[in-house]
This record gives sequence, structure tokens and C-alpha cells, in this order.
Amino acid sequence: MITQLPEQLVYQRPRSLSDVSTHYCPGCTHGIAHRLIAEVLDELGIRERTIGIAPVGCAVFAYNYFDCDFAVAAHGRAPAMATGLKRVLPDKIVFTYQGDGDLAAIGLAEILHAAARSEHISVIFINNAIYGMTGGQMAPTSLADMKTTSSPTGRDVHLAGYPIKVCELLAQIDGAAYVARRSLHNPTEIRRAKKAIRQVFVNQVDGVGFSLVELLSSCPTNWDMPPVEALRWIEEEMLPVYPLGEFKNAIR
Amino acid sequence: MARQLLKGNEAIAEAAIRVGLDAYFGYPITPQTELLEYMARRMPELGRVFVQAESEVAAINMVYGAACAGKRAMTSSSSPGISLMQEGLSYIAGSEVPAVIVDVMRGGPGLGNIAPSQSDYFQMVKMAGHGDFRPIVLAPATVQEAIDLTVLAFDLAEQYRTIVTLLLDGNLGQLMEPAELPPMRSPRRYSPEWALSGAGDRPKRLISSLQLQPEALETANQHIQAKIATIAAREVRASDYMLDDADLVVIGFGSAGRIAQSAVKTARQQGISAGLLRPLTLFPFPEWRISQLAGQARAFLVVEMNAGQMFDDVRLAVAGHMPVRFYGRTGGMVPLPDEILEAIVRLDRELVHIDSMKGDRQ
Repeated sequence: MITQLPEQLVYQRPRSLSDVSTHYCPGCTHGIAHRLIAEVLDELGIRERTIGIAPVGCAVFAYNYFDCDFAVAAHGRAPAMATGLKRVLPDKIVFTYQGDGDLAAIGLAEILHAAARSEHISVIFINNAIYGMTGGQMAPTSLADMKTTSSPTGRDVHLAGYPIKVCELLAQIDGAAYVARRSLHNPTEIRRAKKAIRQVFVNQVDGVGFSLVELLSSCPTNWDMPPVEALRWIEEEMLPVYPLGEFKNAIR
Repeated sequence: MARQLLKGNEAIAEAAIRVGLDAYFGYPITPQTELLEYMARRMPELGRVFVQAESEVAAINMVYGAACAGKRAMTSSSSPGISLMQEGLSYIAGSEVPAVIVDVMRGGPGLGNIAPSQSDYFQMVKMAGHGDFRPIVLAPATVQEAIDLTVLAFDLAEQYRTIVTLLLDGNLGQLMEPAELPPMRSPRRYSPEWALSGAGDRPKRLISSLQLQPEALETANQHIQAKIATIAAREVRASDYMLDDADLVVIGFGSAGRIAQSAVKTARQQGISAGLLRPLTLFPFPEWRISQLAGQARAFLVVEMNAGQMFDDVRLAVAGHMPVRFYGRTGGMVPLPDEILEAIVRLDRELVHIDSMKGDRQ
């Protein structure tokens, strides 16, 4: 016997996500990160008072995908711009969305000092161990021996330095209220990532202080891998260097 | 309001506060540090925003952020610090948000020194950052002018959604003289129609300097250029001194212009018909006024505390119609009135010589 069940909508585009296609490559996890942020903005009911700051890099067009006010920062300067915005609009929710070149290379001073001042901002940090937009150069987070277009024989740590572990670094800063690393390589981790994203926004609503979540992400195009293999590469190669977890949680 | 004895840097700070400055972001650098220190004390007292940034790079981007909210935001620095701010200035210009920047110039290049100089004319007027844009550049010569031009700076910045720079040298930043401050206004409670404030029920807003399509970027550039043309047509300001019958026109801005005024006065007493044009706006440059003077005078002398920067613009305006000479000191050296007088006398003799040659030919 077939019973007619009432139609129930269980999954839909979040209100905070614009109804457009993205420019991201197939298999790139930026789309997942965007959706998780949009879901959180919806759930917390803060879209109407949220201002996002896009970085320079692949996510420079993030403003096309979120249905909230946005500004575009110079490379690495999003935390400084967010500081200016949040200080004059303390009742608004200000978040930055930054890649690893943006945040961990050219913008390292800005993120460290925003954390030191415990700016009441939310930072979403995408770590895919490479410069995506410019076509696959070595990032500060590129792994040792990782081949990129600017480390063609592999990152020689003696010449090109070691990967920078942003969460471990920021956890040392007294002003940092919440610092966590999550990953987007499988559904379980994606659910955990959403919890952390939610925390960085809840902390701002509650006035807790500087909060950042790092999201290990894939870049199949510049890693030169099929999407599924790229997700496996996160698990096998990135996780040992970038362990997941909460490195700082001031309200715990 | 009564006149009081005020230091240049502090007078600018207090004037900005009185015309409703919402947020100040800065980084210590001599010879502007008193401005930062004054803000550090006064802004929190008034419940307004003060942040000492980790660098000039961060400071200008904080200004950019606050400006995106439609708030009155400013920073101050000195020459090497302004070099670091050029990235942010370019983004602010490309995004067309208002901002006020104070540059209390010191000797360069490089670390140079902390003595007064005017060597940022090129930096502010000609190349405040990458891309095609020009900030409005105001050049006070007295503490009173510094106050008045600070008031004007915020109005112009908002009227044209542009960067306005106050360009002064360390002399004026440090010296004290009597001046009158404007009355206290409270910060405005309005949000311009372009400002970021959270989308609420309205369509989302974007502030960006990114235009990936060349056609779109050219259109954006044409918009900025049209605005610059309007500013050039409407906002020229200059101060005249004994120019009506002047054969010999001295041109100098800021402290150099002020010192030159003493020299011009003495030259007049010695029977040389000199006059002084002191531009208050370096962009827009009083080009038309100089062309006009080129029709009535016989020679120009440009006096600057640099190696000859505004000099180029005067020569462009004079367009080869008559001699344009230059007298300048660099490295933090300040010209004395007697040195400028000597340059005036030299140029006067040059004119007499030209006259006698003409006489010989007749």
C-alpha cells in the first residue's frame, strides 16, 4: 500500500545565499563554506545587520553570493577594514572571509593585531595551501615538498620556509577569544565546521571578542587532482600538518 | 569664540573633533605624533573611536572601513608613513568613499629626518597611489588656516566622495600661534544612501574598487575623472599678496609661501614690484590664475622646501611665456626671508638685463 505523505521541504537555499551560480571551479570547497555561513546567518537571524568583507583571491567575488552588505578589502587588509567598520558600527555583525595568502602572508600583521585588540569580528579563514586566483603559487600554508608553480620541485623548507600554522599562532594571543580549525573534506567534518562557524558568529552577537575558524579546503584545479582525490589529499596530507580542533575557547 | 594659543597638530585634531569626527586611526611618526596623542585623549572622552593601528597600512584601511559606514574618519601621518598608506588611498579613491588624511611632511627620501620639508608635493598631488585619481590637497600656512582647511576638508570629502589631504610641513605642525577654533558640533546621525549599514529590508550594498570588465572599469574611471574636472573648476583657492601691479610673481605654498611673503614685503620696500601667490589648494591647482598672471607679470619665482616639485606645475601653467625660476631648500632646511629676497633681487636683475638687451637692439 502506498501512503501519500504530505510534502515537506527539508532542504533549500538559505535566505542569506544569493540565487546565482558561483565562479568557483568544480570540486572547490568555497561553495560549501559559503553555504555554511549563509545557513548560520539565517539561523541566528543576523543577515539584515551583517556586513561581509571579501578578500583578494578566489573569494574576491564573495559579495555576489551572499545577500548582505559587502565591502572588498585590499590584499590582506580585511581585518583592518573590519576594525574600522565594527568600531563605528558596534551593533552590526562584521565578518571577513580570507584565504591563506591573504591572511597568513601579506595580511599576517593585520590578523595578529586584530586578534591582539580582540576586535569583535568573525573571521572565516580558508586554508587550501595554495594561491588559487593567481594560478597555484606556493602559499605560506603550502606543505613541505609540495609542488606549486612557484615551487616547481617542491617547497624546500630550508629555502622557502615552513608551513605557517595560523590557529596555533593565534591561540597564543591573549585577545583571541575563539580559534578553531575544521575541515570540509567529508560530511562529518562539514557538520563540525558549521558548528565552529556558528560559534564565531555567536561570539560576535554575544560580544565575546575576536573569533576565527580555519577551514581546510580543497583546490582541485591548482592541486591538479580530481575533486574526490583532492578531498582525500586534505585528509591524508593536510590533517597531519594541520590538526583539527579548538585551539582557544575563552567561553568554555 | 576667543582666539587661543594653539599648536598646529593639536589645532587640526581639535578642529576635526569639533566638526564631528567619528573615528581616528593612526600610527606614531614624528612630526605629527601630537595629533595622534591628542586624539588618544580626546576621542574616548567624547565616546568616539580612537585606535592606534599596528602600521600606517592598517591605519588607512581602518579609515577605509569606517568611511564605508559613511562616518567621518581620518588619519594623520608624515612622509614615510604616507608612502605606506598609498595602497589604501588608491582603494579609497577607487571605491569613492570620503576620507581626510593629514600629512605633516618631513625630510626625505628614505628615513630622511624629522625636520620640516615640503617634499611630498609629488607624492600627494601627483601620485597618491596606483591608478588614475587625484585627492584634493589643501596647503595651510598658519594655524588658523590649518583649522579652517580642516573644517573644509570634511565638507569637500563628503560633497565629492573623495580623499582630501591636508599637506603641511613639520614647522606648522609644531608651531604655536593664536587661532580660533570652530564651535563644537555633535557627530551627525545619518547614513548616506551608499553607506554600508547591514541590508535590513533594502537591497544589499557593495563598496568595492574592483571592476573586472575593462568597459566597466573605464566607465568607473570616467566617472572619477568627471568628478575631478568638477573639483578643478569649482574648488581652486589661493591667497594673493600685492599681485595687482606685480612684475615679479613669487609662488610658494605652506611655510615656504609664508616666509616668501616677508621677502616680497622687503622687496617692495626696495622698489622691486614683487607679489606673492600662495596656493591653498595644490589640487586643484590655481593654473588659471597663474596663466592670468602670466599675461600681466614678467617673471615667476617658485619657492619650495623641496628640490622643485610644484615648480613643474607652475611651468606648465606659464607655458613658456616668460622666465620661471626656482629657489628651494631640502633635507629639512628652511629658507630664510633674506635668501628668498636674494633670489627675488637676482630675478629682478635678470629682467633689467633683458630690458637693456632689448634697448641695445632698438
